[in-house]
Amino acid sequence: MQIFDVFLLEAVLNGLLFGGVLALLALGLNLVFGVIDVVWICYAELMMIGMYTVYFLHNAYHLPLFVAFAAGVIVVAGCGVLLHVLVIRPVLNSEPINQLLVTGGVLFFLQAAATLAFGVQFRNLGLTLPSLELGEIFLPFSRIYAALTALVAMVLLWLFLKKTYLGTAIRAISQDRAIMPLMGVSPSRIYVVTSAIGGGLAGLGACLLVLQYDVHPAIGLTFGPITFMICVLGGLGNMIGGFVAAFILAQLISVGGFFFHIEWGYVMAFIFFIVMMFVRPQGIMGGKG
Amino acid sequence: MLELKNVCAGYGTFQALFDVSLTVNAGEAVAVIGPNGAGKTTLLRVISKLIGAAAGEILFEGRRLNEVEPHRVIELGVAHVPENRRLFPRLTVEENLRMGAYIPSARAHFAERLASAYGLFPRLEERRAQLAGTMSGGEQQMCAIARGLMSRPKLLLLDEPSAGLAPVIVQRIFDVVRRIRDEGYTVLIVEQNVQQVLKVVDRAYLLEVGRIKASGSARELAGSEEIRRAYVGL
Repeated sequence: MQIFDVFLLEAVLNGLLFGGVLALLALGLNLVFGVIDVVWICYAELMMIGMYTVYFLHNAYHLPLFVAFAAGVIVVAGCGVLLHVLVIRPVLNSEPINQLLVTGGVLFFLQAAATLAFGVQFRNLGLTLPSLELGEIFLPFSRIYAALTALVAMVLLWLFLKKTYLGTAIRAISQDRAIMPLMGVSPSRIYVVTSAIGGGLAGLGACLLVLQYDVHPAIGLTFGPITFMICVLGGLGNMIGGFVAAFILAQLISVGGFFFHIEWGYVMAFIFFIVMMFVRPQGIMGGKG
Repeated sequence: MLELKNVCAGYGTFQALFDVSLTVNAGEAVAVIGPNGAGKTTLLRVISKLIGAAAGEILFEGRRLNEVEPHRVIELGVAHVPENRRLFPRLTVEENLRMGAYIPSARAHFAERLASAYGLFPRLEERRAQLAGTMSGGEQQMCAIARGLMSRPKLLLLDEPSAGLAPVIVQRIFDVVRRIRDEGYTVLIVEQNVQQVLKVVDRAYLLEVGRIKASGSARELAGSEEIRRAYVGL
């Protein structure tokens, strides 16, 4: 019985760490939706670009890992801006279904382009970080670093949105876009900045994931749906709701996986999501916040 | 300071303003009065460039505004307090005021201007951390005016500041307008409350169905039999 409890505790702690990373992934998608009212269906494919960037800079060009990470964030932030300017801006005032379709199109385009460019093989950094041993509990450092980085990034983003003029404008524009020019704010510039931040968060997510997972052209399918589910479960556009939802789903996956099998953890998380969509279709926190 | 020459404007195929000409001199308070749907709000929206002018010229301090981008107008010194207040409902009072001071020249003086906004509206200081959307209509209107003043505009555009407010609050809003003009601001105010607004402005224009129908000093217009019968209800 004693040993059982220790492994349960390990599952809970792992769930917490996993939740931190998921919360970060959801943050960028939520920010973009909350401000621009467009869902980046191809969000996880932007992360894939970041993972490839880190992988090639580190493993093929032998740049230090931190340089590769910084480049990964910057590259994906740039991709976010390109996505907005080239794809989303032309359909900004058209039907929401068209906006979903174009970003969905970008998803398939990026997957296919990655397959053509890099082939289908799985690649990884080839790093093995040690684990933290707490008695009988083992927590991989890759997960600890990832969760801590995610936490710091979320706090910094919160401070930015709360304390700066630009951050306040980003929150304001989702409440009343039409009068932003009266404040001296150019809405199109705020959208570009928001897309850069959303992309940057996807890039940061990529840096954290590439420590733990192989990169391949379909990696987006592993993280895209769960990221999207977290945002919807928390209330699309509600960043605090997304934060809470990330930890709920991560615990279901981790602890559910402990009691049954890791795949069952995902099944439980998806069943929980479907049930919640009937009970609270507007999300845990409802509406935007 | 502000001069409109034969301005025409509208939305799509609907034309709301026809050949409107009007001037506001520095230090003046000028009202545009007229019934609902006369084009008063459109007139202010044309000046702050929220909509483009189809014809005519808008000059501010001798500079043509027609080609100026909308978000640059406030940098030139024109602040617009829009119809229905349009606060950011889920930002706090202080965050709304921060948005009013968004332009670089205002940011540098934010603390001092915040203090003077709270001096003019002590109630806002009490509510500084409250979400703007949860305040009463009168408080929201004061916050909207304070937000407009944060950039220290040369010209303040006020769109129906008394609309939808209880009579006692309306009185307080017009007191505020009087204080603002006494502080030296140039004000262009659009109002349906003709009787009250003519007491606080120097001159006024009567706008009907998109055309200027009359103009003159506030005293002249207040004494005009036609205006008294149509708008003051005396």
